[in-house]
Amino acid sequence: MLTYIIRRILATIPVMAVVALFVFSLLYIAPGDPAAVIAGDQATPDDVARIRASLGLDRPFLIRFGEWSWQILHGDLGTSIFTNLPVAAMIAVPIEPTLSLMAVTLAFAVLVAVPIGVVAAWQADTLIDRAIMAFAVLGFSVPVFVIGYVLAYVFALQLDWLPVQGYTPFAEGVAPWIEHLILPALALGCVYIALIARTTRAAMLEVLQQDYIRTARAKGIGQAGLLFVHALKNAAVPIVTVIGIGMALLIGGAVVTETVFAIPGIGRLTVDAILRRDYPVIQGVVLLFSFVYVVVNLAVDLTYTVLDPRIRY
Amino acid sequence: MNPPPVTAATAPDAFSPATAAGGATLPSLAVAPDLPDLLRPVAPRRGLIGFAWRHPAIAIGGALMLAMLLIALFAPFLGTVDPTALAPARRTREPSSAFWFGTDMLGRDIYSRVLYGARVSLTVGFSVAILASVAGLSIGLVAGFMRWADGIVMRVMDGLMSIPPILLAVALMALTRGSVGNVITAITFAEIPRVSRLVRSVVLSLREQPFVDAAVAAGTRTPMIILRHILPNTLAPMTVQATYVCASAMIVEAILSFIGAGTPPTVPSWGNIMAEGRALWQVKPYIVFFPAAFLSVTVLAVNLLGDGLRDALDPRMAKRL
Repeated sequence: MLTYIIRRILATIPVMAVVALFVFSLLYIAPGDPAAVIAGDQATPDDVARIRASLGLDRPFLIRFGEWSWQILHGDLGTSIFTNLPVAAMIAVPIEPTLSLMAVTLAFAVLVAVPIGVVAAWQADTLIDRAIMAFAVLGFSVPVFVIGYVLAYVFALQLDWLPVQGYTPFAEGVAPWIEHLILPALALGCVYIALIARTTRAAMLEVLQQDYIRTARAKGIGQAGLLFVHALKNAAVPIVTVIGIGMALLIGGAVVTETVFAIPGIGRLTVDAILRRDYPVIQGVVLLFSFVYVVVNLAVDLTYTVLDPRIRY
Repeated sequence: MNPPPVTAATAPDAFSPATAAGGATLPSLAVAPDLPDLLRPVAPRRGLIGFAWRHPAIAIGGALMLAMLLIALFAPFLGTVDPTALAPARRTREPSSAFWFGTDMLGRDIYSRVLYGARVSLTVGFSVAILASVAGLSIGLVAGFMRWADGIVMRVMDGLMSIPPILLAVALMALTRGSVGNVITAITFAEIPRVSRLVRSVVLSLREQPFVDAAVAAGTRTPMIILRHILPNTLAPMTVQATYVCASAMIVEAILSFIGAGTPPTVPSWGNIMAEGRALWQVKPYIVFFPAAFLSVTVLAVNLLGDGLRDALDPRMAKRL
């Protein structure tokens, strides 16, 4: 078991190396010569060459990649071209709204999607099942910012139940914090719910055909207990897997949701960085989110043995 | 005497047109004694209506797609004006009989912009679907058939797949000018890993099929096996996957344009129109809602088409999802 965990952790190293190589190449092939920018308009080609040498920009690609990776491993994500602040510090400031949004969305989506997926499997091929699956197709199709605008229009502008935009930090109280996150989380959660509900239904359909379910039924177990205790346990592996894979949707969607709801998070930082062509910040964001994604899916892999004791490594 | 080619020809394989058509019965079913009533072939309705009846998702999705395609093609003849014509005097007009969808903050006619926007969305969707399929097919076939390449190629794909697709496209777009071509390239790049992974997994399972063994035993060369025996069998799952790639590409294009990393502001795309309406949306929500509705309906159509094709082409998958 321990060897499996270690092997699995080691397996993420090449994955992160590919990500790092891609992210580094981004800056490497980015248009514009940083040395020329620093040297200014009056600089002679000699000046530029000297600055380039002092920055180490004239050295081979792989050496620069190695040094850059070494810096990253020490938590140094470089310096923003635009603000001259360390990228790590720039990312640390807006991380709370983004993490809050993602955590609330994740919790809400799982709590909604798994039960409706279970019900759809239980009621397979009935009107309820069709309705749930139709909703899932809709959830896949309507983009997150469209859902966001519709929700904000109905529940904030017309009904005035919830704030239209903005964010209140957790430290200022749970009620205003969650109030500002309900609509964004609903918008962001739709596609995620669709994904999880579909997978839950498929996994449950398979499990419900098995003999032990018939045995449990014959034993006289209630419908709810049968579905949510006996069957769901055995359908857990694909569901947890898709929750992990779906994190990519959540991360990408968060950028857009923050723009719609004017949440000052990483998404806002990213959008600003794109407009300013602030490559180090874009690099930092891509690297951070990819790392989060890899770690989440590593954690998912490691839960398999807990969820299904038959899986032994 | 039983020559191997016969086995190969009759081997039931998952994605062959015979099983896909649904109506054709397999030889093994025909010899089974005392078929229960359920399995008796039902006389299918014929023609287009019969097809639509059996595959409502394909019919609805296809009809919507066709409508959107016609709108994109005939945008100049559908009562539109120049979508980029500025008219500051009549800016932010509410929808009316003169301006069906209203005008934006520069006085441009939103109806015209939305109709021309269909061109951008469909171009991006179709181009990415085709390019990503071709690239993914090549990579997946190579990885699935050449064991030495598999490890490296798949590690690279794993790495690229761990970058959320929208961020990957954003990062690529940050490198270049915004243009429709660049948007297509960036999104294609972000979609390739998933497609090649799918192709590879299909290839790996096809390799073990008896008809491939038979071809090998008959002395067929590897390129010929790939071309004649593997490739045709990947086409059905690829078609389904391509529709999902198309839907995803349309959404990503709109998102890129919406956050300012997509098509240039001079090109009327649905994402751009929404991005321009963003500042005013609380007072002029129609600027955002019309392109949003068109985008949603188009993506829905493609997804319905994909689901329908999946059910029609691969009955085993249909039961699972």
